[in-house]
Amino acid sequence: MGTTPLVALHGIRKSYGDLLVNDGVDLDVRPGEIHAILGENGAGKTTLMRVIYGLTTPDAGRIEVGGAPVSIASPRDAIAAGIGMVTQHFALVRPMTVLENVLLSSAGLGPPDTEGARRRFAEATELLGVDIDPDVRIEDLSVGEQQRVEIAKTLYQGARVLILDEPTAVLVPQDARALFDALRRLTASGLGVLFISHKLHEVAEISHRVSVLRQGRIVDTRPTGSSTPAELAELMVGRSVAAVLRDERRVGPGPSNDEAVVIAVEHVSLDGSTGKRLLDDVDLRVHRGEILAIAGVSGNGQRELADILSGMRMPSSGHVRVGRQDITGATPTQVVACGLGRIPEDRHGSVVDDLSVEENLVLEDLGQFRRGPFLDKRAIRRRAEELIARFAIKAAPTDRIGGLSGGNMQKVLLARVLAKDPRAILVAQPTRGLDVGAGEYVHQQLLARRADGAAILLISEDLDEILALADRVAVIFDGAIMGIVDAATTTRAELGLMMAGTPQQALGGAA
Amino acid sequence: MNLIALFAATLVTVTPLLYATIGEILCERAGVLNLGIEGTMYAGAFVGFAITAATGSIGVGLLAAVVAGALAGLLMGLLTVSLGVNQHVAGIGTTLLLIGLSEFVNRLRFGGGTLTQVPKMDLLFPGVPFLEMYALTLVAFAVVAPLTWWVLRSTGAGLRLRAVGENPEAADAAGINVSRTRYAALVVGGALMAVGGAFLTLAVLGTFTLNITNGRGWVAIALVIFARWRIGPAVLGGLLFAVIDAGQLQLAIMPAFAHVPRELLIALPYLVVIAALALAGEGLRYPGAYLKPYRRI
Ligand SMILES: Nc1ncnc2c1ncn2[C@@H]1O[C@H](COP(=O)(O)OP(=O)(O)O)[C@@H](O)[C@H]1O
Ligand SMILES: [Mg+2]
Repeated sequence: MGTTPLVALHGIRKSYGDLLVNDGVDLDVRPGEIHAILGENGAGKTTLMRVIYGLTTPDAGRIEVGGAPVSIASPRDAIAAGIGMVTQHFALVRPMTVLENVLLSSAGLGPPDTEGARRRFAEATELLGVDIDPDVRIEDLSVGEQQRVEIAKTLYQGARVLILDEPTAVLVPQDARALFDALRRLTASGLGVLFISHKLHEVAEISHRVSVLRQGRIVDTRPTGSSTPAELAELMVGRSVAAVLRDERRVGPGPSNDEAVVIAVEHVSLDGSTGKRLLDDVDLRVHRGEILAIAGVSGNGQRELADILSGMRMPSSGHVRVGRQDITGATPTQVVACGLGRIPEDRHGSVVDDLSVEENLVLEDLGQFRRGPFLDKRAIRRRAEELIARFAIKAAPTDRIGGLSGGNMQKVLLARVLAKDPRAILVAQPTRGLDVGAGEYVHQQLLARRADGAAILLISEDLDEILALADRVAVIFDGAIMGIVDAATTTRAELGLMMAGTPQQALGGAA
Repeated sequence: MNLIALFAATLVTVTPLLYATIGEILCERAGVLNLGIEGTMYAGAFVGFAITAATGSIGVGLLAAVVAGALAGLLMGLLTVSLGVNQHVAGIGTTLLLIGLSEFVNRLRFGGGTLTQVPKMDLLFPGVPFLEMYALTLVAFAVVAPLTWWVLRSTGAGLRLRAVGENPEAADAAGINVSRTRYAALVVGGALMAVGGAFLTLAVLGTFTLNITNGRGWVAIALVIFARWRIGPAVLGGLLFAVIDAGQLQLAIMPAFAHVPRELLIALPYLVVIAALALAGEGLRYPGAYLKPYRRI
């Protein structure tokens, strides 16, 4: 290629202790291109971007900007070199206004030139094709708007290269569309974009070139058009991937009459401390042999609903039942005794990091492993060995659980819950942060339970996961259910509109 | 009750509180709870006194107190910013160290029977009702408070300081040096606290005595929270405390209060602080990075 790359990396290496996270990475971004970095969770994508932006110092390797070698020791150097980055967690000061956040990077010690900043920020938003009021506080903006502020901020700083780390992870599909449009506009004006993702369909849609990062190495860089998603998936994981497909299921959903209802959420509302309604008349039934998914952007009441079902919180009105038993206001122990198994979102909060795998496996039923006042260590060990084998956990019974990978920790949690054969299962974000292999395993286990007749309430932000697993999908927005649709016939567009707050009735024939 | 005397006493009581509270606000807005405040005031009181005694110049003594306070801020910075020590431990340790050190040097240099007297600051407008006050009081109200308010609100320096205290990751990503900003806040804050301490020796007493600060640093910590980290409410809160403190002294000498235990009256302003804090506690929003050291990962 004739054009000089905007940024080029040569042999970047970075390790944390014994863990080699980036292993001799070569990469470049050219003007006008969107270069996607595709890789599984833990492949080292974020670390690589932190190196480019000066948030981490590499052990070896060099960085060139516009063909000339530069040393980037801090974000200040990166900004000066024309590099801008939007991190996974936005680098915005929430109680400050948009303008103040923008000024952060340009203000000296004295009174800043706010008029000049307003003008330049307006130019940046115009280039981006969005409208942002510079005087609102960040905390009053939606996540999508905050992301636009972040991008506009990098343009304001004069970025020629824009790094976006998993930018769509926090967006509803409509916002993702808008983001893609904005990125196309930016590249048309000569910017280069590094687009980090682990979602194949996005990468295929938006990027010109794609580099696949696996275990810290670039396994290939190629024009996006020249490979199929399946090929990219194989490169990413290092073997062929059999995604769970809906039609592979042997069994249809169970009967959906009243008799078969296992989990019932009946007109549940919850008032927050500030008077805001956190849950608003949520009414759901999950039947035997059925997976009902709750889709929605996080923070729309999912956590509160899960807390109520698990006995951690009392609803302001309404009832929850498992089978025929009313568990409204029951304690977590009583809820478990009713046959509800919980696999919560926060893995670290559900295990005791400093205890061993075997201790965590029996933590909820210590009563069964006693000899007089003492623990029956031998029985605990036997139980742990059995579960480790059955759930393919890669760990010894005595390993400290805090040191396990996310996938293995999730398997321990699955083992603890599923070993009790619960008739109802509440599971939240079961594959977040897991690699593809572990994610597949979790999906298979859930489908196996469904085939055995369990009723599963699946809370997830990942539409791919929901469409692969669920029989029906309920969409939650701002604490209210926007609608319940059949997973086999719904579309991403329909779900996306409901996730953004359009009730199902209002969709009419639009979707 | 003598209004003019009450007013004058209030101004004297509020002055050290103002310097200390404003200094503490700077530290806390940058994300560092500076519990070294009591020790820093103590050291400021002692160094101001000792250097004035040695040189005979109040100006030099005050300057020395400023330097001592800045050094105390540097020490807090070393502990909490560079070493990432728990801020409670670092602050209490700094306070114990500075009080101990001041007492130790005081015994070496000024030990013995009689108190050493040093020249005292002159009053501005002596004898004029409501205008009689020390220059440091006037400076606190007319310069330090409005200037810090303006710096925090309207300058790049204030913006950086607030950003570092709210979200150091974001500040770092915007190219701001988080450590340097926190050090600067601690050094300036420490210098202000020390001036507050020096006021006690150089203006009020003209000498140095044991336990001279008498918990004023802790009152300032409470005032900062009561004021929700804002300069204006901090000035008002300080005045409220000072007027009650000055008022109880006047009450104590009134015949009607002769049978009220003295201790109860002395405790009065502190009880008010506790009550005010309890009332102010609702919906408090601490700076986002309060108590958190910052490290790039
Ligand atoms: N500060 C750190 N200290 C130790 N290990 C880290 C640190 N940051 C990342 N890692 C490890 O490096 C690997 C790559 O992480 P990351 O770059 O975040 O991957 P990705 O963004 O591709 O998911 C992971 O195994 C992660 O646990
Ligand atoms: Mg990442």
